[in-house]
Amino acid sequence: MQILDKKTDFNFMSKRKIAAVFSILLLLSSITSLLMQGLNFGIDFTGGTMIELSYKEEVKLESIRSTLEKNGYGDAIVQNFGSIHDVLIRLPILETENMAELSNEIVATLQSGNESKIDVRRVEFVGPQVGEELTEQGGLAMLYALIGILIYVSLRFEYRFAIGSVVALVHDVLLTLGFFSILQLEFDLTVLAAILAIIGYSLNDTIVVFDRIRETFLKMRKGTSEVIVNRALNDTLSRTLMTSATTLLVVTSLFFFGGEVIHAFSIALMLGIVVGTYSSVYIASNTILSMGVSKADLMPPEKEGDQDINEDGSQV
Amino acid sequence: MNRNPMWKNVLVIAVIFLGGFFAMPNLYDKDAAVQVSAGRYGKVDLALMSKVELALKAQSVAYIGAELQGDRLLVRLADSTTQLKAKKILDETIKGDYTIALNLASTTPSWLSGMGAEAMNLGLDLRGGVHFLMDVDMDAAIKKALEGLASEFRGLLRDEKIRYKRIQTEADQVIIGFRNSEHRDMALAKISSEYKDLVVEAQNMGTTPSLVIRLTEVTIRETKTTALQQNIITLRNRINELGVAEPTVQQQGDSRIVVQLPGVQDTAQAKKILGGTATLEFRLVDFEHDVQDAVKGRVPATSKIYYHRDGRPYLLQKRVMLTGDHIINSGSTLDSETGTPTVSVTLDGKGARIFSKVTGDNIGNPMAVVLIESKTEVRKVGGKLTKVKRTDAKIISVATIRDQLSKKFQITGLDSGAEASELALLLRAGALAAPIEIVEERTVGPSLGQDNIDKGFQSVMIGFAFVLVFMVIWYRVFGAVANIALTANLILIVALLSLLQATLTLPGIAGIVLTVGMAVDANVLIFERIREELRLGNSPQASIDVGYSKAFSTIADANITTLIAAVVLFGFGTGSIKGFAVTLSLGILTSMFTAIMGTRAVVNSLYGGKHRPKLSI
Repeated sequence: MQILDKKTDFNFMSKRKIAAVFSILLLLSSITSLLMQGLNFGIDFTGGTMIELSYKEEVKLESIRSTLEKNGYGDAIVQNFGSIHDVLIRLPILETENMAELSNEIVATLQSGNESKIDVRRVEFVGPQVGEELTEQGGLAMLYALIGILIYVSLRFEYRFAIGSVVALVHDVLLTLGFFSILQLEFDLTVLAAILAIIGYSLNDTIVVFDRIRETFLKMRKGTSEVIVNRALNDTLSRTLMTSATTLLVVTSLFFFGGEVIHAFSIALMLGIVVGTYSSVYIASNTILSMGVSKADLMPPEKEGDQDINEDGSQV
Repeated sequence: MNRNPMWKNVLVIAVIFLGGFFAMPNLYDKDAAVQVSAGRYGKVDLALMSKVELALKAQSVAYIGAELQGDRLLVRLADSTTQLKAKKILDETIKGDYTIALNLASTTPSWLSGMGAEAMNLGLDLRGGVHFLMDVDMDAAIKKALEGLASEFRGLLRDEKIRYKRIQTEADQVIIGFRNSEHRDMALAKISSEYKDLVVEAQNMGTTPSLVIRLTEVTIRETKTTALQQNIITLRNRINELGVAEPTVQQQGDSRIVVQLPGVQDTAQAKKILGGTATLEFRLVDFEHDVQDAVKGRVPATSKIYYHRDGRPYLLQKRVMLTGDHIINSGSTLDSETGTPTVSVTLDGKGARIFSKVTGDNIGNPMAVVLIESKTEVRKVGGKLTKVKRTDAKIISVATIRDQLSKKFQITGLDSGAEASELALLLRAGALAAPIEIVEERTVGPSLGQDNIDKGFQSVMIGFAFVLVFMVIWYRVFGAVANIALTANLILIVALLSLLQATLTLPGIAGIVLTVGMAVDANVLIFERIREELRLGNSPQASIDVGYSKAFSTIADANITTLIAAVVLFGFGTGSIKGFAVTLSLGILTSMFTAIMGTRAVVNSLYGGKHRPKLSI
């Protein structure tokens, strides 16, 4: 089956100003939200205790809350998790004798009298300094990934392409973070992993488009830069849609069948795939056009480029 | 013509065959099992096996089989309920001499395992268990080393008849104050010659001629490394006492230890035992000075006030007779006469020598047993939550030395039988060189573990099926070829994970799912190129060839950049993220092989020989 059987000829770049405005608006609202209300960090980053319990019978959150309050755990946040039988209890870092044993005390309190009816599904405790280190390392990891990519793309292409791809990545990461901030979805370790995976995915997409843009620049004798970029985008359109579709399919399957624990992860990935695909076209390509990339810049190719073109046999 | 050289086809077939072989053990489910390993006095042999089998038969517990594996005995059981029942029975019959733990036993046929094929490990989030990250208190390790030195100096100066006013430890140094500079210089000469790895400086503290003794950088580093290693050994011993099959105890970074205990559910007990700092000190009671005077503030330089559990103060000598480090074995019993809980203690050779000399010299004098525990608590200091470390030293018994004690003796004064057996366990397993603090815990219950396996497997399969259908609709025969490659890719990932004996976690499964989505990208790139070439009017054979070669550099670029992100993830990784990074990187590598070489081999054999084949793409 081929939906895009004929060569498509959309004029993507004619909308580039509108797209730029659109992206800037989205970015501004993301940044505003990040500055105003920040991210709803999970205990991985803030430190604290989280307990997931499964009750045999339907649970009344109120009674759990009052039991906890009576026993001096008034700070606990109690909510359902996935179903009416499952409960998630969260506690911040408290002033206490031994933080690490808090979870055992709470479980014992709730279980007293009906051990058989409550199943401890999961307990997570993260001490304050571990959370701090993680936040720092997470930020550094993102920075290192971006720098590594910047270097690789500069070597393989040209500095404008490197900047274009990194601008697109920053755009994708900021929008995903903004989404989590605006909706105040919980931001935990798995979401951080998802964001790093998005960096990988979005980049993959951008590189494929850039590869084609470079090739088209060298192949087409006539045409403005804008026409050439349009041609390259159309040539890769079918592939772009196809790959996004298959990846979205599996991530959707993760979202629906992977369980509650992996929900935030799959939401981040779904969003990232859509944004990453969009950004390859409208952010990455837009950036290199705005920076005035031209045929002449690519003509005296670097060593790596040279070899590739010879291999391709596409050099004129 | 598109013909593959023979070696390429052979390589593809060989790799996939090997992949299938090494992935195969994962098809066999594991048996619930109880594992018996030798404790201090037990021996694992055929006699034990028949004893175990008899005990199980007596309670009519059906077991699948029992087998000796090296130094352990493995009893396979039908399910986890009988597994728990069997453990309980064995706990009652042979506990003490043996360590009994729940485990999962591989059912891989011997012809497979004999060739090195084993199933991959399941992470704690899939099989249930507890993960602890522990922080070793390095300041305390240094402090302890300094206090050890201070105590040695006391002995040395006394033996050399050098008079000093006081010895104290302060931050990272030991300070000795002398009555006059003559004695100070004698001490300087003596200490510098005996302790070559210390920095010894003469200073005047006010009017007091003093020596300031510091550890060198190298010694500090060594002390820290030793403390960490010592703690790892102690934790291993303690875990053995708890009875856990296949525990992991590993160093992480400069001052942390990761402990993973698969299958452990009672985390409260695990925390208490692992973090337990209880140790003993034996000190002589200073009966030359008055306790009440000391409480009022006139504490003699050589003594210190300690409190008994019942609240009474005692004046004990600063010099320790013996520390818990010299205890090599201990057990808890009830005293045959009084019926109170007691702990019996066995000392090592050096400890026995020291102890018999000191007790021999002090017959008729009182001696105190001090129980020392260190704790960390979070307190509000100036509106901020801060951690405060506290050492609890309580006298548990004071008794008059009636006889010269040596290798074996008993300690009374414990609150309960439970306290006695816990103290015995901690003494037996050895003391921690420095206190540890649990800074992270992740516990997954068995029901959630099974859920995670089911859901993970389900989402891989459903996502995989979606992609297969999609590819066939889109690219027809070529889509089917890509599907074969995708299946091979999945098998290769599982095979590599099994070969590396990597641990599969839930994020790891997510990584596999993501790879499935991205692995087809390479094929999409190639197929779209072939379509393009066909549209340009090129011959089918040329289109295939050009399609593959043109797509290659794009695929390589795209995958290398993703690999960079995955490697960064791995480097940053704490446990769960590492699992994701590993499967993602492996998936990228195997997909390059299957999607390019694998599909090319199939496509060539389908179309390669024909003159002008009609491509179904």
